[in-house]
Amino acid sequence: MIVGLVEHDGRVVSEPSLQTLTLGRRLAERHGEPLAALVIGSDAEPVMDALAAHGVATVHHAVDDRLDHYAPEAWAACLVDLMGRTDPSAVLAAGTDRGNEVMARVGARTGLPVAANCIEVEADEPGTPYLVTRLRWGGSLLEDARLHGDVKLLTVAPHVVQPEKGPAVGEWSVEEFSPKLQDADFRVQVSRQERRPAGKVSLPEARVVVGGGRGVGSPEGFGPLEELAELLGGVVGCSRVVTSLGWRPHTDQVGQTGVRIAPDVYIACGISGAIQHMVGAKGAKRILVVNTDTQAPILAHADYAIIGDVQQVVPALVSAIREAKGR
Amino acid sequence: MDVLVCVKRVPVTGGRISLTDDEQDIDTRYLGFTVSPHEECAVEEAVRLVETHGGSSTVLTLGPAVAEDQLRDAMAMGANRAVLIEAEGPEWDGAATAGAIAQAIMADHRDAGVAYDLLLFGNESADAGGYQVGIRVAHLLDVPCVTGVKHLEIQDGVAVARREGPGGFEIYEVPLPAVITVKEGINLPRYPSIPGRLRAKKAAVERLHLEASQSGLEKVRLRLPQGREKQVDILGDGAAGIGRALEVLRQIGVMPS
Repeated sequence: MIVGLVEHDGRVVSEPSLQTLTLGRRLAERHGEPLAALVIGSDAEPVMDALAAHGVATVHHAVDDRLDHYAPEAWAACLVDLMGRTDPSAVLAAGTDRGNEVMARVGARTGLPVAANCIEVEADEPGTPYLVTRLRWGGSLLEDARLHGDVKLLTVAPHVVQPEKGPAVGEWSVEEFSPKLQDADFRVQVSRQERRPAGKVSLPEARVVVGGGRGVGSPEGFGPLEELAELLGGVVGCSRVVTSLGWRPHTDQVGQTGVRIAPDVYIACGISGAIQHMVGAKGAKRILVVNTDTQAPILAHADYAIIGDVQQVVPALVSAIREAKGR
Repeated sequence: MDVLVCVKRVPVTGGRISLTDDEQDIDTRYLGFTVSPHEECAVEEAVRLVETHGGSSTVLTLGPAVAEDQLRDAMAMGANRAVLIEAEGPEWDGAATAGAIAQAIMADHRDAGVAYDLLLFGNESADAGGYQVGIRVAHLLDVPCVTGVKHLEIQDGVAVARREGPGGFEIYEVPLPAVITVKEGINLPRYPSIPGRLRAKKAAVERLHLEASQSGLEKVRLRLPQGREKQVDILGDGAAGIGRALEVLRQIGVMPS
């Protein structure tokens, strides 16, 4: 049996969890094993059908009043409890903040190794070591590794596997259980939440992102970039150099240690294109570069480029768009 | 309060990564070294906490002898003490690394009576990205651990930690001692001062030798992902490129025609 940990919001299963179940189902089919899922929380009822549609034969539903607020240790305890009772060959979670931390805690509790952010998994038989390919350096480097352990613990990198519904599993069931939980499992628990303000387009969702790097020259230099973004219904992002210089807040930073964007077009102004930055912009459908340096690494990632100084080109672009819109 | 901060030496990769011939490592012949960005912020946070609450900060790394440079960088930023767990040879996996760090912390407690109130880590290392060392250390020491923290306050022996969650921000409150793994953005790390650098150059670095436990995640080889092969379309030089840029934006559909 292969178990996938499911993240959900009480209405739908998260996209990375569906991707994880898809990879889990392929592996389970190859090994002739059933696919199971662990769902946590009393509000999980609405997601059961979607799990069956993605090939889950048994949904294990952990129920305990104390699980209503996310508690990573308790989630790990639920998985370890389930592992003890069902003896799976592998446990998978999404390579999200929650998935990675819960799986690391399962690894710590069981003494098993964990492979984070896998994109491919191969194994001859359920019991043998898995040959995994995982992301390093935020995805700019791949590692092939052998994952050992009686139970293989791994997370699946988000947005690499296309989620797929499985063939009808025929009979499927939900098995509710009360996991063995100690008070200590709740010493790390969300005590309160602050909702994100609604309305404003966020960087990860924006259709147009105008990014600025060192070539923008100063905090004030971002004025024309803001104007350009506004004209195109987009938002402004920046490189790590810019946040390190204190020109923009870290929340604007695109890259490995910042935000990952996926716009229709990324207009990158005065950005050299370090790999850590480009990893964050990998989801961009098109990249338009404004840069003085024709040798800048970012040109290798660009679809279009204007060779010139950001401080002249961007204001000129803003006026041209204004004029075109005015007509 | 006494704070421990753990860092990892990683190469400064720029525009392109190339690998060694045996495909085991990045070719670092022409590269400098630093610590992972999250960890640079962890060092800054440790130094600030000690500035506010008193006590001392210790920086620890597991790595080759030359990782001493990264410890001295942290001391130049204000860390008071440095410990190097020397580990040559093949890469240690997350469990082996955490095991050695926990062992060093326990030995420090037993031999020198050091009891850390707070242990800071980066959320994940820039290179291996295993997302587990801080969590495994917390488990071995039986202390709570909050990961991915972007704002931290210590109030009456409790760590109040804020991090991004699915719908906004999540706030956790855990009693000390605790492990907190931080993300870049929690602060803006300072540049070391000249006196700080001079002091760090002369400071002592304590060294430990520990045996690696067997790796359960065994690196076979590294490889570069297939890049998207594309040819850049140069729209023009400076103002000469504006006209075609407008066409392109229209084509993409982000500008009304």
